Amino acid sequence: MTYSPEVRERLERDAKEIIGRYPRSRSALLPLLHLVQSEDGYVSDDGQEFCAEMLGLTKAEVVGVSTFYTMYKRKPAGEFHVGVCINALCAVMGGDQIWDELTEHVGIGNGETTADGKVSLERLECNAACDFAPVMVVNWEFFDNQDPESAKRLVDDLRAGKEVAPTRGPSRLCSFKDASRVLAGLSDGQAGEGPSAAGPSLEGLKIAKANGWTAPKGASE
Amino acid sequence: MTTLTPVLTANWDQADSFTLSGYGEYSAAKKALGMEPDAIIKAVKDSGLRGRGGAGFPTGMKWGFIPQGDGKPHYLVVNADESEPGTCKDIPLMMANPHSLVEGAIITAYAIRANHAFIYVRGEVLHVIRRVQAAVREAYEKGYLGTNIFGSGYDLELVVHSGAGAYICGEETALLDSLEGYRGQPRLKPPFPAVAGLYASPTVVNNVESIASVPSIIGNGADWFAAMGTEKSKGFGIFSLSGHVTRPGQYEAPLGITLRELLDMAGGIRAGHRLKFWTPGGSSTPIFTDEHLDVPLDFESVGAKGSMLGTRALQIFDETTCVVRTVLRWTEFYAHESCGKCTPCREGTYWLKQVLKRLEKGQGTEDDLSTITDIADNILGRSFCAFGDGATSPIHSSVKYFRDEYLKHFEIGGCPFDRAASTVWGASA
Ligand SMILES: Cc1cc2nc3c(=O)[nH]c(=O)nc-3n(C[C@H](O)[C@H](O)[C@H](O)COP(=O)(O)O)c2cc1C
Ligand code: SF4
Ligand code: FES
Repeated sequence: MTYSPEVRERLERDAKEIIGRYPRSRSALLPLLHLVQSEDGYVSDDGQEFCAEMLGLTKAEVVGVSTFYTMYKRKPAGEFHVGVCINALCAVMGGDQIWDELTEHVGIGNGETTADGKVSLERLECNAACDFAPVMVVNWEFFDNQDPESAKRLVDDLRAGKEVAPTRGPSRLCSFKDASRVLAGLSDGQAGEGPSAAGPSLEGLKIAKANGWTAPKGASE
Repeated sequence: MTTLTPVLTANWDQADSFTLSGYGEYSAAKKALGMEPDAIIKAVKDSGLRGRGGAGFPTGMKWGFIPQGDGKPHYLVVNADESEPGTCKDIPLMMANPHSLVEGAIITAYAIRANHAFIYVRGEVLHVIRRVQAAVREAYEKGYLGTNIFGSGYDLELVVHSGAGAYICGEETALLDSLEGYRGQPRLKPPFPAVAGLYASPTVVNNVESIASVPSIIGNGADWFAAMGTEKSKGFGIFSLSGHVTRPGQYEAPLGITLRELLDMAGGIRAGHRLKFWTPGGSSTPIFTDEHLDVPLDFESVGAKGSMLGTRALQIFDETTCVVRTVLRWTEFYAHESCGKCTPCREGTYWLKQVLKRLEKGQGTEDDLSTITDIADNILGRSFCAFGDGATSPIHSSVKYFRDEYLKHFEIGGCPFDRAASTVWGASA
């Protein structure tokens, strides 16, 4: 399957915009691979060929890079790519149990996608949200403080086409492909949605305020 | 008693803190662009700021290594890869206060005479990437980025670049290879990035929190910053408490605060339980126990007790937690993330994982304990980059403090702990 002329033209336009940001074109390879995933849901053969053409690389050079990074999928991810953090802290706090119950419930394992193409599952390493453990993400949006029941409900809702909102993120979850477009460096205009910070992120500030603790006064105040 | 000193976190409870109108105009950048670049480097040196990405290298000194008048382009690369297990400060910082980072990047780039800067953000944090992209866009619209910033004649392009899932890309030279469009594998040092970094040109790589601290130093003065913290570890930093704590979260405090003080503020270990072990600065820093509650959390004091301040990622585990299981899980992480470039790390982490699995299941022997410390000895100091050393920290420190717990596993032929008890929902059971 090669890209239709319209798709090809659109991808080229986006690719050129991205390449133009870098002093050397090869730096655009990671963003272009995200761009390919925004079209195909994985780093397809055609997509990698496209990257090679745009950057003057061989396809082997592109594949050598794409296989190094876990976010580039060798086969189509689900419309909702669901990750469960199983790094030590989340695992101990309940991530292991979430993973066991969720895979049993959905009937697929690590790196697999449901037959309806809706959901894929992945065991994630620490996602820099340990104070919200156990942590899950869907299409790289945070779903904090999960438990086995909330995790199963979340996936059921996703498969049933219900709208779900991340705990710290936009009011509506976008698809894996749309998320990949943002990662490629192309804005979706949703940065303004969601809180500045939530829950544990504000714990220290709250305590400081309650006690009247501040940093010393500085020249700029 | 040490108290909290919110600076970078001070505006996080404002609904619009991530917008320019919520953050305010870039007064520190404006001031900086009216200064001599060397005067900025001097101010940052005088402040005593040390890198917040883990190693604690003096920031001003690093900037001073950039050769001047060499005719080559210079680059600033902000390390926003935050992937060290336990580390969770840069992500909420960029979500709530991305303009402090953008403003810091402008000041830093100007100081090191760079006209091109990059923020390399790990890819798995979509909304954070949106926020940083939006902050950069707003700064361009205001004329804080682009050409002739503040009418000073200074030009700067700032690009937000998303990674694609690889812990090793947090290592600064691997990050540079990744940013150049290659597999993220570390480079041989020297040459250091200050001499041959991005595109073989002089490059400064700094952590998000280091760069975001710069506007406050320029705005308030080096003395203001240096008045906080300890003699050799100056200023404030974000301490991230996670795990079996009543109120986990981000606590911004002067360096040198203790875990006991932080736990007091955080409501202590979760009700009915007690502290067993913790990491001062992420999984790559040797674990501490309840003996270390009063160790000042600064670079020197933590080092003197055999660990490292790292990224102030305080992962806290109570007595329900099996240390062998925890170390196994960290080791599986290192085995998974090893970039494979050098043999001690690639093979060593693989074998550590195999032996630890056996030990955790209670199928090991006392010999296996010597085996894991031997393997760790062969990785430590013999690997190509600091990743390998980090992988040995949980091994050596856990065997040192919890040897009996390892032995117990093969005495009873299994794990003596109830996993359910250490979960969030198992707490009351
Ligand atoms: C395996 C490994 C992972 C690292 N990950 C990060 C990271 O995610 N963020 C970071 O700022 N520094 C990380 N570092 C440290 C960087 O190599 C570098 O020291 C740091 O970015 C310098 O910035 P600073 O001086 O402002 O701390 C890592 C180092 C190693 C060895
Ligand atoms: S120590 Fe590990 S991560 Fe570092 S270069 Fe060697 S194999 Fe790669
Ligand atoms: S261990 Fe799960 S987010 Fe850090």
